[in-house]
Amino acid sequence: MHGRPRKPAKPEDESASAARAEALRALQSQFFSNHHNKVYTDEALQLSGRLIEQNPEFYTAWNYRKLVVQQNLDRCSESDPDALKSIIDQELRLVEIALRQNFKSYGAWHHRKWVLSKGHSVLDREMKLLKQFQLLDPRNFHAWNYRRFVAALLNRSDEEELEYTREMVENNFSNYSAWHNRSVLLSNLMKKKAEGFFPKAKVLNNEYEHVHDAIFTDPDDQSGWFYYTWLLDQTVKTDAPLLVSSWPAHGSSVILSRNRHSSDCSSSPFDSFRSDSGTVPLLIYFNQAVEGVNSSSITIESSFCTKDLIWKPVLQNNSQLSQVWVTHIKFPNAKSHSSEVYQLKVSVGPTQGIISASGFDYSHPTQFAFKVCVRPIETEPAEKQGEDIILWTDENFHAFQTQYQELHEVVPVDQQSVNDVHEPTASNWRAETIAKEIALFRELVSEINCKIGKLTLARLLTAHDVILSPCTSKMFHSDEVLQLYIDLIKLDPSHSQYYKDEHSLVFLQKVTSNRESLLRHCFSHKNLASSSIGNHICLRLNNLSLSRMGSVEKLLWVRMLDLSHNELHSIEGLEAMQLLSRLNLSNNKLGSFTALGPLKQLKLLQVLDISYNEIGAHSIDTTRYQCSTPLSHTEEASWNSEEIGTGGAGVKGYWEAFLIFKSMSLTQLVTLGNAISGENFKSFVVMFVPTLEWLDGDKLH
Amino acid sequence: MGELAAEKHVQFILSVEKKKDSLEAVAMEHLRMNGAYWGLTTLDLLGKIQVLALFNKIDVLDVDKVASYKQIKSKRNKKILLNLIFNSDVAALQNKDGSFSGDMWGEIDTRFSYIAILCLALLHRLNKINVEKAVNYITHLNFDLPMPTAVFCCVGALAITGSLHHIDKDLLGWWLCERQVNSGDILIKSKAKPGGLNGRPEKLPDVCYSWWVLSSLVMIDRVHWIDKEKLVKFILDCQDIENGGISDRPDDAVDVYHTYFGVAGLSLLEYPGMKALDPAYALPVDVVNRIILGK
Ligand SMILES: [Zn+2]
Repeated sequence: MHGRPRKPAKPEDESASAARAEALRALQSQFFSNHHNKVYTDEALQLSGRLIEQNPEFYTAWNYRKLVVQQNLDRCSESDPDALKSIIDQELRLVEIALRQNFKSYGAWHHRKWVLSKGHSVLDREMKLLKQFQLLDPRNFHAWNYRRFVAALLNRSDEEELEYTREMVENNFSNYSAWHNRSVLLSNLMKKKAEGFFPKAKVLNNEYEHVHDAIFTDPDDQSGWFYYTWLLDQTVKTDAPLLVSSWPAHGSSVILSRNRHSSDCSSSPFDSFRSDSGTVPLLIYFNQAVEGVNSSSITIESSFCTKDLIWKPVLQNNSQLSQVWVTHIKFPNAKSHSSEVYQLKVSVGPTQGIISASGFDYSHPTQFAFKVCVRPIETEPAEKQGEDIILWTDENFHAFQTQYQELHEVVPVDQQSVNDVHEPTASNWRAETIAKEIALFRELVSEINCKIGKLTLARLLTAHDVILSPCTSKMFHSDEVLQLYIDLIKLDPSHSQYYKDEHSLVFLQKVTSNRESLLRHCFSHKNLASSSIGNHICLRLNNLSLSRMGSVEKLLWVRMLDLSHNELHSIEGLEAMQLLSRLNLSNNKLGSFTALGPLKQLKLLQVLDISYNEIGAHSIDTTRYQCSTPLSHTEEASWNSEEIGTGGAGVKGYWEAFLIFKSMSLTQLVTLGNAISGENFKSFVVMFVPTLEWLDGDKLH
Repeated sequence: MGELAAEKHVQFILSVEKKKDSLEAVAMEHLRMNGAYWGLTTLDLLGKIQVLALFNKIDVLDVDKVASYKQIKSKRNKKILLNLIFNSDVAALQNKDGSFSGDMWGEIDTRFSYIAILCLALLHRLNKINVEKAVNYITHLNFDLPMPTAVFCCVGALAITGSLHHIDKDLLGWWLCERQVNSGDILIKSKAKPGGLNGRPEKLPDVCYSWWVLSSLVMIDRVHWIDKEKLVKFILDCQDIENGGISDRPDDAVDVYHTYFGVAGLSLLEYPGMKALDPAYALPVDVVNRIILGK
């Protein structure tokens, strides 16, 4: 019930409505009796009509009528057009009566479609009727849906329908449905490259003019703004997927060592990687999710055989559509006691096969090259020894004294060499269009304090930076954008978390956009000199009020990451950081174990600190469907068989933790300071994470 | 701010069941099964499902006819009666393009995609349909005329089939969080209070959207983008403190539908003392966990 005032019932009303209830009940029983006994007489049909007039949502009555109409039509011979027409007309009339009673009746609208699909009716009348209805309620979405159905039956062109949306919008700017319909029609026309709808630049520029009328007339009305957002998206997005970054990066050198005590990698300017089996991961990161990454769409030139590599999507679920892909390259054993250097050249997309979610081919074949220096095995692998506990307090870190030059090998920032400038001519109009819009909106927000105007300006500025450097995202405007988000937090406090999240993303883009700013966050950890994780750099992004993680495509090289003392409630995207081995997430706002889902993909992760979060403190788990679990049918409830029997520490109570930890091989874990913490949880962890050496600061065994 | 009048709402739901012959009840005959689901889930979320014992439980709900269904063993399991509408025939209603029809007359809508997937998931029979095609159909819809009801059906179906990665969560999340009406002409014109959620831009806020919009926001992990406190206040303001029940807007007439959606919204907002609701299955979390996880 909508919009009916709350009033106590008066006694006289009650007796009147009791009588009406009885009458209606009688009508219903008679109807059901007819229906069940297949009574299809005119009288019975009329009775069902009376029921529908009172309650247009009564689906069973509509369906009953379809049975009767179908039978009558079958009986009626083609030679008697008048009889056919009267059967159809009767139904159309009833639908009109029903719609006047309840304009949102799904049953009535569908009945009309069904009747029309039988043929025999005059479709022109439908357009007139729609006009009437749309005059009464121009934004009704049933009517718009129905209009699309009739337009298709009438073979009306998308161009004609587009013109209609223009009329509707001109009558009233505040018609969200008309704007939306316009975006759908225009998408179709541009996709088809219909006459007058190509090139895209011209079409979109006209649309910008069109929507300006609406949003500058009444900036507080949201309807046009959503259309504007769609338009901006059309302008910015490149159809074809692009390679954004890789590890190893273009031009880099990696040392592969096989036993941890042999190399002095801590003092080496090179990035190194340790693997007992002699394999090195190769990671590639696209600007959008793609499928079809395999050994034929990606070729690798090297002096040894790298055929038949298996590429896997790096994702929280088992989809084949992913932005990040990984493979593992096995290097030959070094024969002598000297190192062997291998040159590898990777070509992405020389043949077809890599396709975006919306069906666009990877059309900018790209190459990158890197060196791998394989160290010989100097000693027999020592018996595995436990490592010291990793402490994250400030005194364990020190800033780099060394020349930046040394770190350049490890910290790849500019990957411009991976991708040269894409579509130089095409992106010109994009940049020009956006620059024009920026000027316009700077003026608007200087005149009025309009939240959606400011938000749009922030988006325009970000878009402009992305268009000018699609792979490296040089942030020319980041300070202005950050300030806009700070203004928005004050201006529209109800959505402050949205602006904070956006602020975090832009802030991280800024930090990672050049080497100097990134190196300011790079520290050396005192335990790392003797460790096995490769390079000796810890990226510290702690204490920055980050509410969201981003820019991971620039951070694929990171082995040790400190994100503590932020406001993260999600670590979505972190799954791409495949080399990550140590991670500090303490003092954030993670609300559940499912929020740690991305960590399941990090096969090298050994040290994890999740202390002082909000795990177990919330009744509603907002990442329940982000993580692969039996609830989303992406994982079996695998504890049913064995663990439950052997357990006792209660897999049942901690099933989310079980799902996360069972696929990892953590050696150090800190879970203190969460609602879930306690002796029960500790004994559960000890039982189900057998690799663990340190728990909550205590040495196990 | 008032508090949740839980006891009154329980009384209201029971009173609706008692008035089986009122004009309202007769006119809503076609929604009888929905009504049972709304009423029962509300009672469960309020922790009051046991009151049904007073009513010779099954009679009240007219589910005798269908009670033979094997899963209806305990009081709590009755929420599964959603499934009763369908059984293995659901699979036969899937069309070639992956969509689902509501019945033999062929109306196609994402409501039917969601319901089919939900029922089959609860019955552990998702393998009876072509899930890939069903997902494909939904993801290629372009969210035609985004309506929170349709968004919920699409997002819910994608959540249950582990396919949420097809959604641009930031874009959809922003559109959904902008459904919270905090200021503007529409509030001034209608004298509505701030904090409620509407269905589309420039429309009035309505308690039922605290389900459609909120559950979608929870599923895509973007619910922190709205002001939860203000929304809690808006829902509580729509209570009929005297006679129980919740209405679409403050001081309107209450009904079971809005009572359920209001209570469901409060549960998703973590209002103290309530059971948690699963945003995708639209059933209490403990019920979903028991069915799907075997917990
Ligand atoms: Zn409503």
